[in-house]
Amino acid sequence: MNLPEQGTTRRPRALVIDDSRAVRSIIRQILADLSFEVHEAEDGQQALAKIDELGGVDLATVDWNMPVMNGLQFVEALRTKPEHAGTCLVMVTTETDMDYVRRALEAGADEFVMKPFTRDVILDKLNIAGSGA
Amino acid sequence: MPIDSSEFAILQGLVSKHAAIVLDTGKEYLAESRLTPVARTAGCASVAELLRRVHDDPRSPLVGRVVEAMTTNETSFFRDMHPFEALRTTIIPELMRARANERSLNLWCAAASSGQEPYTVAMTLLEHFPQLQQWKLRFVASDIAPAMLARCREGRYSQLEVNRGLPAKYLVKYFDKAGAEWQLKPHVRSMIEFVEVNLARPFPAWPQMDIVFMRNVLIYFSLETKRDILRRVRKQMRPDGWFFLGGSESTLNVDDKWTRVQLDKTSVYRPVP
Repeated sequence: MNLPEQGTTRRPRALVIDDSRAVRSIIRQILADLSFEVHEAEDGQQALAKIDELGGVDLATVDWNMPVMNGLQFVEALRTKPEHAGTCLVMVTTETDMDYVRRALEAGADEFVMKPFTRDVILDKLNIAGSGA
Repeated sequence: MPIDSSEFAILQGLVSKHAAIVLDTGKEYLAESRLTPVARTAGCASVAELLRRVHDDPRSPLVGRVVEAMTTNETSFFRDMHPFEALRTTIIPELMRARANERSLNLWCAAASSGQEPYTVAMTLLEHFPQLQQWKLRFVASDIAPAMLARCREGRYSQLEVNRGLPAKYLVKYFDKAGAEWQLKPHVRSMIEFVEVNLARPFPAWPQMDIVFMRNVLIYFSLETKRDILRRVRKQMRPDGWFFLGGSESTLNVDDKWTRVQLDKTSVYRPVP
């Protein structure tokens, strides 16, 4: 995806979806440093409500295992809404089996990051998402 | 105990002699960080002790390990991204038109390190140019370090390494899970021939290359060696070939027989006829 450029008037919006406050805080900081306007949600259902409230987001990082609605269900639900087709969805999860990566992509996720991750991992994945590689 | 100037001089002499690499004074921190693991596995109490040992016994196998550790570069899949975009959008399509009759392409990735760059090129070719599988493709990747070449041939990467820059769709398509690691599928590994090459010495008897990647390695050489390498790379290339350097490198003021071509966000060089 196109990362924000310094000095642009509208900052792109990101939603960090994770039931761990610590993980949300780490990803929030990384994305805020990249000039995103960052919002948070604790599960998939909260995330869908937040996206409706905001009128859409440019990027969402999505944990897999969360209460109420998990990350895969969230991706599937969001991808049924054509108005959010342009939202870049990056799974950020402790799941590392090939089957999980495949299922996430099939459901409509753009990228997959395995925890633990570093700032550079997130940055590289955002650069590569939608690059045509 | 940090290394002193005489111990650093031993290291400067070693990498200069074995790899023609210039290690500037002030890079002591690099020696400490790269050589601490080597010292530990060799049973040395410090990097200083390791360097004194290789100085006292120039035939020790530790010499090779010290040189290897100092010449290994950090790398990642799709590093800097733009060169691979240039390859996909412009260079490969153009070369496929130019070579439509002979249906043959020769590629060389120099200083392959742990292999992410040549495998990025290989996966880009498989993903976007499947018709090349009917072509005669000679794809060599070289490095000075035998241990790195062995790693390259294995094509196994840690979770952290596949997390860095590798598109998830490539992970699913071109890798198998191997325990806690990820291994490139055999048909990807078999595309590339990994060869030990010291860039400061004559290159092997290869065909003329259509594409050469030599990114982020010339910076380690003296101006004279750099000039010599660039001159020999020119001779190793087809006249309409493409040459990639690292983002902070240039042929300017080193060897003027290159034309710089700007392809979107990346600079590529072509030999002057």
